[in-house]
Amino acid sequence: MITTEDLTKQVLAGSPRALARVITWVENSDPRAAKCLEELHPHMGHALILGLTGSPGAGKSSLTDQITHHFRKRDKTVGIVAVDPSSPFTGGALLGDRIRMNRHAGDPGVFIRSMATRGFLGGLAQTTDNVVKAMDASGKDIVIVETVGVGQDEIDIMRIADTICLILAPGYGDIIQSMKAGVMEIADIYVINKSDHAGADQLYTEVNSRILQDTQIKKSPWTPPVVKTVATEKRGIDDLVEAIGSHQCQLKESGAILEKRRERIRQQTFQMIHFALFQLMEKELAQNGRLERLVDAIIERKENPYRAMREIVDEFIHTPAAR
Amino acid sequence: MAKKKIKIIVAKPGLDGHDRGAKLLCRIFAEAGMEVVYTGLRQTPEMIAEAALQEDADVVGLSSLSGVHNYFFPKVVKVLEEKEISDVLIVGGGIIPAEDIPELKKAGVAEIFGPGTRTDKIVQFIQENVAG
Repeated sequence: MITTEDLTKQVLAGSPRALARVITWVENSDPRAAKCLEELHPHMGHALILGLTGSPGAGKSSLTDQITHHFRKRDKTVGIVAVDPSSPFTGGALLGDRIRMNRHAGDPGVFIRSMATRGFLGGLAQTTDNVVKAMDASGKDIVIVETVGVGQDEIDIMRIADTICLILAPGYGDIIQSMKAGVMEIADIYVINKSDHAGADQLYTEVNSRILQDTQIKKSPWTPPVVKTVATEKRGIDDLVEAIGSHQCQLKESGAILEKRRERIRQQTFQMIHFALFQLMEKELAQNGRLERLVDAIIERKENPYRAMREIVDEFIHTPAAR
Repeated sequence: MAKKKIKIIVAKPGLDGHDRGAKLLCRIFAEAGMEVVYTGLRQTPEMIAEAALQEDADVVGLSSLSGVHNYFFPKVVKVLEEKEISDVLIVGGGIIPAEDIPELKKAGVAEIFGPGTRTDKIVQFIQENVAG
């Protein structure tokens, strides 16, 4: 049986096999994953993390493929995390993003991992963040995170990526759609893919008008560019990569990158504590049947959940077992 | 820890361009609760092995309708071995004459499923034979 220490060493030495196994442990919340991540932690924080999000079929995978090709020509190594949805009924998933990236198979500078959301609803899986970190620690220069096809409100990518490209395609609605909150707000770069299709010019105008409104509403050090692409014909890719580069420069020169990462670490650390406590509490309450008794009492109106919550939390933080 | 999910790669090696069956099987495996990575058409053994490695797959399912199974199926097994991946279950299906099956099994393909196989039998075989 391989030790976590050996496996971590292999990840750091660039073994794709070891990286693949660590990712599986992370996905399965295997206790060994935490140990590996602990050991990998000093080596994280070097990769550029690029997020691609947008509706299903907008062209995220095809653009990921093109961007990867571009970076490989410049000798940068690339990790790709491609997320697709799990079935709420069976837990199964069809992960089909690799199909668009086949030309990179066999290139040791590219590591592609497909992930299912496993019931998580923000456009990513719960463990995507740690999978990205493992790829980062393994020495990838760029990690591209491709979200599931999103609607309006799946914006977890903003908790992970340094630069977010929102991939749009013509045919999804009028100008009001582009004015809404949610996913339209989180883009650092707007990409109009399939820009050879009817309606692309109109979409381009609408998105630009949203950006103009944004500049009139609030001051921002970065005005998102709008890039037109046709991923399947390799059109507009240079413009897109240039825009990514400009955003990176802006983040670094303004110091915003440090702020962004600090905020991210704050949120992630707090979330980890939250989750660990939640699991402890859940186990504790389930173990002695207390939760069920409590539920019974609440149904019978002999107890109310508001008071019970206060009592349990109070009790928990004063119990030595919680130490 | 949650029960481990089965991750399966479905691949079409060679130049065979017919993947209605492979696509249907992808759906069936997902319906059975597996996480299915479809790699698409025209895969080389190296591409398939690489996908299995990066995805840390439990199963590789190969489909061939063009008569190239005797070359490609054992080749996939061999490339996986070269990459020191020994814990992956390899299964195959498609238009495969009965007399070819013993050789393919000897080469390391765990089972061959021909036309007319009940899909629940395939799912069952995979569930029972995945390591760990």
